[in-house]
Amino acid sequence: MSFALIPVGLSTALYLIAGILFILSLGGLSAQSSARRGNTFGMAGMLIALVITAAASVHSYGVLIVALAIGGSIGTVLAKRVQMTAMPELVAMLHSFVGAAAVLVGIASYLGAKVFLSSAEATIHEIEIFLGVFIGAITFTGSIIAFGKLRGAIRSKPLLLPGRHWLNLAALAGSLVLGLIFISAEGHAGLWALLVMTVAACLLGVHLVMAIGGADMPVVVSMLNSYSGWAAAAAGFMLDNDLLIITGALVGSSGAILSYIMCRAMNRSFVSVILGGFGADEGAAPAKSASGEPQGEVTPITAADTATLLEEAKSVVIVPGYGMAVAQAQYALYEIAQHLKKRETVVRFAIHPVAGRLPGHMNVLLAEAKVPYDIVLEMEEVNEDFPSTDVVLVIGANDIVNPGALDDPSSPIYGMPVLEVWKAEKTIVMKRSMASGYAGVENPLFFKENTRMLFGDAKENVDAILTELRSNAAMAAV
Amino acid sequence: MKVGIAREIRPGERRVAATPETTRRLVKLGFDVRIETEAGGGASFRDAEYQAAGATIVDKAELWSGSEIVLKVQPPELDPASQKHEADLLSEGAVIISFLWPAKNPELVERLRARKVTAFAMDQVPRITRAQKMDALSSMSNIAGYRAVIEAASFYGRFFTGQITAAGKVPPAKVLVIGAGVAGLSAIGAARSLGAIVRAFDTRAEVREQVHSMGAEFLTVSIEEEGSGAGGYGKEMSAAFIEAEMALFAQQCREVDIVITTALIPGKVAPQLITEEMVRGMRPGSVIVDLAAEAGGNCAVTKPDEVVVHHGVTVIGFVDLPSRLAPTASQLYGTNLLHLLAEMGGGTGFRIDQENPIVRGAIVVHDGTLLWPPPRIIPPTKPAAAAPKPAAAAPKAAGHGAPASSSGKTQAIAMSVAFLLLAVIGAVAPRELVSHLTVFVLACFVGWQVVWNVTPALHTPLMSVTNAISGIILVGGMLQISGPISSPVTILSAVAVLLATINIAGGFLVTQRMLRMFQK
Repeated sequence: MSFALIPVGLSTALYLIAGILFILSLGGLSAQSSARRGNTFGMAGMLIALVITAAASVHSYGVLIVALAIGGSIGTVLAKRVQMTAMPELVAMLHSFVGAAAVLVGIASYLGAKVFLSSAEATIHEIEIFLGVFIGAITFTGSIIAFGKLRGAIRSKPLLLPGRHWLNLAALAGSLVLGLIFISAEGHAGLWALLVMTVAACLLGVHLVMAIGGADMPVVVSMLNSYSGWAAAAAGFMLDNDLLIITGALVGSSGAILSYIMCRAMNRSFVSVILGGFGADEGAAPAKSASGEPQGEVTPITAADTATLLEEAKSVVIVPGYGMAVAQAQYALYEIAQHLKKRETVVRFAIHPVAGRLPGHMNVLLAEAKVPYDIVLEMEEVNEDFPSTDVVLVIGANDIVNPGALDDPSSPIYGMPVLEVWKAEKTIVMKRSMASGYAGVENPLFFKENTRMLFGDAKENVDAILTELRSNAAMAAV
Repeated sequence: MKVGIAREIRPGERRVAATPETTRRLVKLGFDVRIETEAGGGASFRDAEYQAAGATIVDKAELWSGSEIVLKVQPPELDPASQKHEADLLSEGAVIISFLWPAKNPELVERLRARKVTAFAMDQVPRITRAQKMDALSSMSNIAGYRAVIEAASFYGRFFTGQITAAGKVPPAKVLVIGAGVAGLSAIGAARSLGAIVRAFDTRAEVREQVHSMGAEFLTVSIEEEGSGAGGYGKEMSAAFIEAEMALFAQQCREVDIVITTALIPGKVAPQLITEEMVRGMRPGSVIVDLAAEAGGNCAVTKPDEVVVHHGVTVIGFVDLPSRLAPTASQLYGTNLLHLLAEMGGGTGFRIDQENPIVRGAIVVHDGTLLWPPPRIIPPTKPAAAAPKPAAAAPKAAGHGAPASSSGKTQAIAMSVAFLLLAVIGAVAPRELVSHLTVFVLACFVGWQVVWNVTPALHTPLMSVTNAISGIILVGGMLQISGPISSPVTILSAVAVLLATINIAGGFLVTQRMLRMFQK
């Protein structure tokens, strides 16, 4: 890089600035008020990194500009067009791009390898490449499968091959052997080992995510988020680039924390989520047998009566789940909330950490419907308020309001923190049918004495309630 | 000090000035408590219970002549059986404490003065904060408000609470409470806990919050006028206000099932708020309870102490509502008396201290002198005893915590292992790798610290922004893109750059789009 436009010292300093901007960007997300500024910091950091790299290390701009233009326009279109309900898919797809890029960068780095002074350095470089490609490949295919599952193109039920743990182990061991061959090979002779390992890692990624059920998707997506970071960090090691290392580490730890939060919210260990098969091998059998016994009668309710209950309530909590996102009911739901607010009813939304298919997904959907974020509460904030709440409206949520998680040790989700909606005066559960949630667990909430079931399409029901409230208001005004 | 509890002679009066419970506490205060035979009968207290509490049972003659202090509920009156007035039964210099209503009963006051006794009127205890525990009017109003709802419920042919049953929907009763004083608030609370929808009206805007705290809707008229009078009561309002108010009542009467009126202006005839026409406008089967019946009634068709049915609407004019809840009323009234006696020094240090504003306020005659009405004391700004408010909401849980740290021991072990590992790598690896590792580990820690502060509501934007940032892998592609255009390295790098750019553009833009949606 003797023809670099700027000295190495300057580019290093600017890389550092970019790194700091990325840190500030994540730091900005600690509050809604500073979040937009955070995003701007991120963009600035990225711009600096791009310009510096282009100025310091690139001497053939044609290809770069074409690639940037194509990628940039695709990204822009995606960002403009994506539905907020489809955010999990978009996020998963973007993860797969990082994974793929890491694989490509790794292979390219191997092919274009410099001559190393010592064999130790060469070995380390090769280990870095191998690791980077391995993580990148898993991220790539894993994210594609996650995307497919989120989109519904692939059945979200866990696919459980016989002896799947052994298959995973075999892929790992095989990769290790290939790695040893790869490192000891002279010149570019190890390429075949690298490529075979890439294929093996791709298969491993597919298999890992195929085995995980739909409800565990928040964990999977944040785990892949983490992986994409580690892949970038590995690329930084192989290319001696500190900015890549810093950024990769930031993203990696961010994803790890999100995974941790999601796991804690479901009371599952990270390992058990990764190894997959939730609600299938250990869960389904006992759950089904338990649900076979009639647990009591459910009491249905009509939309009109729901409207009456809401009108009489002084304090209402709305618990949205993935079903709300599917039905796109958030707009009408907020209109109901506004309507009740005019009657001086206290209306709040309660969000369980794993509601939806992405961490924080419900918050985004409610924000899209213009629900002010100060009436959207987290589980810890709202749980103690349920005993003093008149009506809870559960819409499209199931496992996150399951009392069995607290009092039934035989329940597969026992120990998972849930929204304790049954402590309210009345709970209205809006549900398509009596089918159980993703975890395949029967929900005793439906049979509670103070629970009313409002069956049918969530959107239609919410609209019906809204119409009822409006006509009641009109009648009262006459 | 001998304290006598007299049996009430007013027909229908079931209350008594002391219960076994308050008797026990009077004895503790040092009083020698004597109680007339069967005095507690109306309130379901037996003589034996009083005896067990430390009282002596005495007959009527002995009680009145031998007691230094006589406690009663109703004012002293002529006993039709013996044709003797109770006031005359008192020995000279004795103390009598009861409701007296000196403004309404000038002859009685004169009789007591002439008799040279000391008389305290429980209805004249000043409504100041310190005297709340002796405020018998509030105690009785509270009971009257509660009982008014119970009476209304017993005459009303439907549920108060709305129910959705297997047999269909039952709408909740709608209750209008006029006057949100102690009785009104108590009525609101009782009606609410029966499940009714409650609305309340009061000319005093300051009670709005109290009405809300009891769970009722506060009705207003469009005319602004402050109706607070002295002593926490309402005052009379202007003609325009009254017109607007009447229009509101007329409209409400057509809507509600139960009306409970509690509007009283001290020393005056109660304002007439519900006209005969409004009663006609109510649905048949509706119920009106008029707590102002004794003072002329807030409703035009009210008959004191009677239940009348007018055009299908039941109008209850009971004037003895507290007496209908005799055990509780006696307990509260007895406790009010107990506190007054304690205020005056108890059984050992009893004295009449006219410097004490409570004593001065309640005293009517003393040593043959008329001391009523007392000189004005600082008027209170708020009703003396607000009905109990629901407990304030518990403090919110502090936001989500940092990661629950596992036990310190395992943490220490893990850290030692990590440090050892780093040391080993540092010893064998080339310098460059070590410096990269330094950067990597530090960045991990920074990331860990920073991301924990991200609010859960922004987890999705966090993911999309980290998505964009992880597009930094672009740099990896760029570093290798400069070879000949047909070389595999260049092609691979170009594709990598392309993919990474999708991430960068897509991630940042979608984050921006999302963050714009978050509004307060």
